Formats: sequence, C-alpha cells, structure tokens
Amino acid sequence: MKPILEIQDISKKFRISHQTGSYLNLRERVVNALKFEKNSTEDFWALKDISFEVQAGESIGIIGRNGAGKSTLLKILSKITPPTQGRIISRGRIASLLEVGTGFHPELTGRENIFFNGSLLGMKRKEIESRFDEIVDFSGVEKFLDTPLKHYSSGMQLRLAFAVAAFLEPEILIIDEVLAVGDAEFQKKCLGKMEDVSKSGRTILFVSHNMDAVLSLCKSGILLKEGGIDVFGTTQDVVKKYHLEMDQNVLSIENEVIKFIEIKQIDEGLLLTVKFNTKTPIDYPNLGFSIADISGHAITGTNPRKSKREFPNFSRSEGVIEVKIQSPKLSNGTYQLFVWFGDWHSNFFETKDPILFQINDIAEEHNRNPKLDGYVIPHCEWTVS
Amino acid sequence: MQKDIEYIIEPTEKKFLNFAVLWQYRELFYFFTWRDIKIKYKQTALGFLWAILQPLLMMSIFTLFFGRALNIPSQNLPYPIYVFSGLLIWNIFSTGLNNAANSMVNNASIIKKIYFPRLIVPVSSILVALFDFLMALILFISILIFYKQPVSWTIVFYWPFAMLFSVIATLGLGCWLAALNVKYRDFRYVIPFLIQVLFFLTPVLYPISLLKHPLLQYALATSPMYIAVEFFRLPLTNTLPNMDFVWISLASNIVFLLIGVIYFRRTEDFFADFA
Repeated sequence: MKPILEIQDISKKFRISHQTGSYLNLRERVVNALKFEKNSTEDFWALKDISFEVQAGESIGIIGRNGAGKSTLLKILSKITPPTQGRIISRGRIASLLEVGTGFHPELTGRENIFFNGSLLGMKRKEIESRFDEIVDFSGVEKFLDTPLKHYSSGMQLRLAFAVAAFLEPEILIIDEVLAVGDAEFQKKCLGKMEDVSKSGRTILFVSHNMDAVLSLCKSGILLKEGGIDVFGTTQDVVKKYHLEMDQNVLSIENEVIKFIEIKQIDEGLLLTVKFNTKTPIDYPNLGFSIADISGHAITGTNPRKSKREFPNFSRSEGVIEVKIQSPKLSNGTYQLFVWFGDWHSNFFETKDPILFQINDIAEEHNRNPKLDGYVIPHCEWTVS
Repeated sequence: MQKDIEYIIEPTEKKFLNFAVLWQYRELFYFFTWRDIKIKYKQTALGFLWAILQPLLMMSIFTLFFGRALNIPSQNLPYPIYVFSGLLIWNIFSTGLNNAANSMVNNASIIKKIYFPRLIVPVSSILVALFDFLMALILFISILIFYKQPVSWTIVFYWPFAMLFSVIATLGLGCWLAALNVKYRDFRYVIPFLIQVLFFLTPVLYPISLLKHPLLQYALATSPMYIAVEFFRLPLTNTLPNMDFVWISLASNIVFLLIGVIYFRRTEDFFADFA
C-alpha cells in the first residue's frame, strides 16, 4: 500500500529583514529603492530537506525545541504557507488544528460559533447538523447555546472549541499543542478523544512539548533540530534523545544583556547559571526565575528582591549569577523555565519562550501522579497516635 | 475512507482560478457572509434599518444641496430618485470595496491558522454589501411607487446586469487592495480617500453630460462603476447612454477584475507569512 503522506525534500526559507517589523511599510520600500545600498535582509531556512513517509493509520509525534521548525512544518502540511522547495503528496483529506476555536467570535452565540468554526475546519453544513447534539454534549455547554460567546468563561470557550474539532473526520489530522491549555480533567478528556481517533484508523501528526501525551498517543516520532530531522524512530527512542539534549540545557543568546542561561539538575536540586554583560556597570543585579509545569502553570519562582536578600554593591557590567534551588523538590517530568534579569528598578531581559528542562531519577514515592498529587513532593513527618 | 483523493502541495500553484477547490469550499462563502451580516447588525439598536437609513439620509442631503441649491439636471427624473438610484448601486461598490480591502487584515488570525481558498474572504465581504443593497432596494421601490415613476420593462434585464457589473468592479479593485493591504498597511489610509475620489468621478450625483468637454466625458467613462450606474438608471430614464462610454467602462471593469484577481492569487500563498 502506498503511504498516505509522502513528504519529499521540504524546505522553507524566510527572509528576515533587520529594519522592518513583520509587515512591510511602503515608505521603507520607497526609501530603500532610492538608497543604493542593499536592504539588509538575511535568508533563514526554517526547514531544510525534510523527507519522511507516513502510513495510513499511523500516529506520529513531532517534537523539538522552540525554533526547531515544528510549527513551520505543520503550516506547510496544512497548506497555510507554501514550501520554498520540495513537495508533499497526500492521499487523504488533511484537517489541521493549529489552534482550537479559530474564528470564534465573541458576538456570536455558541450555536452560531459551532457552525462557523465547523465550516472553517472543513465540515459540511449537513455534517455539522447531524453531529450537532454530540458536539454540544461533549462540550457540556448546552444551557448557554444561545448566549453570545463573550459571556462564556474561558474554560467554556475552550471546551466548545475542542468539541467542534473532536468531531472532524478527515483521514489525516494535524494537531499542534492544543492540549497545553485547559484544566487537567479536560486535558484528559481531550487525550482520550484523540486516542479514540487514532484507534479508529486515522492518521495523526501530533506536535507537543508534553512528552507524556506524545508517548501515550504516538507509536513513532520525529525529533526536529534546527530545521532538519534529528531522529525518526519509535516514540520511546525519540523522547529519550530529546530528554538527553534537554539535560544539558544551555541557552546561548547573542546581542543581548544575557549571554547564556543554563539549568542543571544536581542530585535532587537545581542549579541555574546565568551570565550577563550590560553596557553600563550595574549596582545590584537582580535575577528572577519562574518554573512552570509543561502546560505553563507556574509552580515556583522568586528573585532576590522579593526574598529581601542584601548583596554588596556590584558596580561591574559583567558577571555570573548562580542560583542553587534546593527546595521545593519537583517530581520527575518536563518543566518550563522563565528568566528575568535587571537591576533593582527595571528589567533588561526576559525569556520569550520557555526553556524546557527535565527532572529525572528522583527517588519518588510509589505511583506518584503529578496530575493528582501535584508537581511538588512534600517533605513530611508523619505521626500516628 | 476515500481512496481516490490524491493531491500535491508544491511551492506555487499556477492556475488563474481553481474552480474545483472554490466549489468544494462553496459553503464557506455562505458562512463568512452570514457571520459578517450577523455581527454587523447584532450590536446596533436599529439593526437592519441602518442599511436603509444610511442611503435615505444621504439622499436627503444631496437632494437639498445638489438638487435644490445647485439645480443639477437629472435626466427628467425627480432629483431624489435620480440621486437615490445612483447612491444605491454606488453603495455596493463603496461598502463592498471598503469591506473587501480590509477583509484579509481583519481575518488575519484565521488565515494564519487554517487553509481555505483565500478568495472567499474578499468575495464574502462584498456579498455583505450586496445584502445591504437588497435591503435598501425595497425602500427604493417604495419611493418609485410614491413618486408614481414610470418604469420600463427592460428593468428585468438592466438591473441584474447593473448589479453584476458593480460586483465585478468591486471584486477587482477589492482583491487588489486586499492583497496590497496585507503587504503594506499604508493602504488602509488610501482606501477611504480612493473611494471618495471615485465617487465624484463617477456620475452618481450628476449626469455625465454635465461636463461639456467630450474628452472629460471619455475620462469619466473609464470608471468601472459608470456602466453599473447607467444600467441601473436606464429603465427609469429610458435614454440610452453613449455606447462608446459603455464599452470603455465595461473594458475597465474587466481589466480591473483581471489585475485584481491575478495579483491576489499571486500573493495569497504568502498572506500567512506577512499577516
């Protein structure tokens, strides 16, 4: 049998302009045309020679760091943006969920939004009508069907959005990180629904930072690195490789106040190292950090100012800050790190994308489930009397 | 499972218009139009009445200044009817062009996340203007009855064509501006100005014969909307316009359609990268 999806040497080039924002400005165009110097643009290959095949019924997890090219690959597969080179042969209808609730409008009622969103996702009006009750049932918002969406809570909007998407029936379903939102119970429901979809013989391409979800949903996986395929194999192998790379997690940055950020696990604690270089000497360097779970909910964080730590006057422009984080003890899993840096008064730097890191080999309690027991392992002394 | 589907995603698609794909997505035209009409009138207290009130108020103002004060000739029609008929068909163009030109930018969040033939967006926004037109048309017909205005039977032929040509004129320029607006946001400021200029350059408020110099008359006939306005009034005035002008306007109508749609199609693949 021919593969349902053949990706052949896909590459995507972006032109980065160093002067303008994301869209062009006519004045700049005119000015640049008058000036003789070349516009300072730079080619950037977001994807380079990606080739792989997907068999019908397979579900494949696509993982990689921020900027590895995952989103670009999904956008090309969903026909939102064309590849610069290469081609894709698809032998089935593709539906993509790069976001839940695309096109939802606050002025429309729940019922109206179901129809518009469903139609955008490629459902026929008749399909939506015949599945309408199931969609409403799954979302659990039947009481508010004729209320404008602006009166919904964000949780209700999300449930409604996922419910519409859950009843798509394409041969190939492309999903991007939609599970990273919503409460734990709802995430479980979504994951369950996606397992049903994959069991019914449809093909799924799933991009996520949530390794647990990838492991439970996909048999094989692709690890993207700097626009190319690093590993293509079983999910276990790919996730292992990903964790391996994450373990030595260093983020180096050019042209910024912060030169690098590193987070390492040392025994059961963490060591955060940040190197900075400011233009003018800085009296009181102030580094803030925040650790969040894989869905982005903050778990813990602080900065010296908050914890009222006094430092001697620093008065230099270059230095290294080390933070030993000994408590709280986190359970095994993947976490996100955010970092801020500044002086006592203002911020000079903050991480835009989270830095992912891994906690391994913590001597955990038996059967610990972070979704129920939390990510922080309590230190307890028990007495029974 | 359908086994016979096979399609290819490649760097660029070369077709002028891919009718098969547009047909496949036909329901989306309806849904976009339906959504925009709902949203447009949902928050207003008077709702659909605005579609009628706006041309009615404009008619009163223009009748007062142009008809009474300046005494502009109106091809033997009562001036209110003359100006209302012009405004009615003109509003398809002005509202439609304004909607279409901003449509891609306004729907950027959808365009970045979901694939569908992009042409649906400007086309639907023009259909919204057509809906307003049909609302106001009811009022216009009652005004015709009120003035006991005789109407030629050719109305069944000229009115649909007037509507068709105004939609084509709007579509051509609308697609062009929509695509340019995604690339250069400067066009956002050009659009209202452009519509205003074209309004005075198209014989909406005055007959083309008001201009004495024949060269000027030819120049005005290049407006893609000239043919629509003339055709719409024809069954009322019963005077045939100069056929040269009609052909010029028709040619300009079609040239703009081709330029607009071709430019749109050539750039649509990259909307998601720019928007």
